[in-house]
Amino acid sequence: MKKTADVIVVGGGAIGNATAYNLAKNGVDVLVLEADEVVGNGGSSRNGGGVRQSGRDPRELPLAIYGIQHIWPNLKDELGMDVEYHREGNLRLGRTEAHRAILNGLTDRAVECGLDVRMVEGDEAREICPYLSDAVLCASWCATDGHANPMLTTLAFYRAARRLGAVYHSGAKVTEIKKQKGRARQVVTEDGDVYEADVIVLAAGYGSRAIANTVGLEVPMHTQLMEVIVTEGVAPMFWQMLGTADADFYGHQSDHGSFVFGITGGYEDFSTAVRPVSSSIAASSACRVILGYFPILENLKIVRSWAGWIDVTADHVPVFGPVEEVPGLILVCGFSGHGFGICPTAGLLLSELAQGQTPTLPVDAFRYDRFKAPA
Amino acid sequence: MNDRSRDIGTFIPGADDDMIICRCEEITKGEIRRAVHDGMFTIAEVRRMLRCGMGLCQGQTCARLVKGIVAAELGVRGTELESASARSPMRPIEMRVLGRDQ
Ligand SMILES: Cc1cc2nc3c(=O)[nH]c(=O)nc-3n(C[C@H](O)[C@H](O)[C@H](O)COP(=O)(O)OP(=O)(O)OC[C@H]3O[C@@H](n4cnc5c(N)ncnc54)[C@H](O)[C@@H]3O)c2cc1C
Repeated sequence: MKKTADVIVVGGGAIGNATAYNLAKNGVDVLVLEADEVVGNGGSSRNGGGVRQSGRDPRELPLAIYGIQHIWPNLKDELGMDVEYHREGNLRLGRTEAHRAILNGLTDRAVECGLDVRMVEGDEAREICPYLSDAVLCASWCATDGHANPMLTTLAFYRAARRLGAVYHSGAKVTEIKKQKGRARQVVTEDGDVYEADVIVLAAGYGSRAIANTVGLEVPMHTQLMEVIVTEGVAPMFWQMLGTADADFYGHQSDHGSFVFGITGGYEDFSTAVRPVSSSIAASSACRVILGYFPILENLKIVRSWAGWIDVTADHVPVFGPVEEVPGLILVCGFSGHGFGICPTAGLLLSELAQGQTPTLPVDAFRYDRFKAPA
Repeated sequence: MNDRSRDIGTFIPGADDDMIICRCEEITKGEIRRAVHDGMFTIAEVRRMLRCGMGLCQGQTCARLVKGIVAAELGVRGTELESASARSPMRPIEMRVLGRDQ
């Protein structure tokens, strides 16, 4: 059984798998350790599939734009699996003047960052998506946003990495990183197995925090419960991604015809569940909100719901890059609920960093030590 | 610990590979067997990749069959495999009905 590698990736989510794929593609000997029995069982297979640039923090925006221009359009061919990527735009909807003010602010900030996004009136929004209710007053419109299937994307990176020789151990929960001669070198699991690598990429979502603690690092982050509901499949209606000014739901129709809606119950900060489980109130409250924008969906049946954790940092932007005080360690976590859309770019950059190369895009804004004590 | 590189043998085409196992999503036995050989070692992964058990009946008909096929391919007993999570709602519910609960 494999115990040593050039690079060990801890965490087999979208980020870890995309990293392993890029490394294996470059001939790097890579081993992935995933705590769960199921590869990709974290947020990566539970998310709403949004591949957006609009609404992003300016620090993250270059990663999102790069992926949408250079990676997502070819991912299907590159990975040999249709990941159901659609670049048909994102409408963020408003029904009141207060919503309009929120959307104007978001749009102005995105335009300042060079993004092609603009405000449209209700009628133009209904031209883009004819199924919208007359109650929609205005929307922001970003024509190059889109969505993809997160379960397929996460498993496509896994399958491609594995085909290229990446080795995966699932059910391998990492408890500790150990240094040798000042460098991160050993990875210890709950079973007592000890693995060794020249470079360790810690991509374990919220799980990264406890592991980083074992080499004296702390990342201020917490978990939040996010929920999803899915309808029965119907004939294709529209391909845009949709959201609202209030961020009370977002969603799209998938290739197999189901609508997939990301929803919240309003109490996600207070969840105490050990496993992420759907709350009793979110689906009902979300259906009321959704039907306010899409009355035409009222007879569609909800067939399925699920929940997942997101790992939220103090400033809602991930930690991403090498850790100087622990040479050999690359820390990547805290995607704060928007890591899926940028996972292809993140995988590319992380594989470059793990090979000691200058990354295609700078990652300085994501430094682990940017969180300072209040002055 | 589950070594995803362990040898489960090569994929050998079977006479009944064209048999439909999941009727809602029309997934065949051969597709399920191939997915296992492509590294999908758990019911959840097979299901997420192929959509078997994700249609209108949510796997009420095929769940046992899929488990048997995956187990046979891996050379383990069906009881050693974790079933896919059951998800609410128990029966499909119209959005207008769900939305009524205030
Ligand atoms: C409901 C929901 C909706 C979302 N919607 C969107 C969206 O529309 N667009 C978007 O861009 N993003 C969205 N996100 C966020 C997105 O899913 C995440 O940011 C992204 O999946 C992060 O990928 P990851 O690989 O870092 O995390 P994860 O998928 O959580 O992967 C981390 C992996 O590390 C493993 N792990 C943890 N601890 C250990 C350990 N000790 N040892 C070994 N392995 C360990 C975990 O089991 C897990 O598999 C959403 C998230 C949720 C939950």
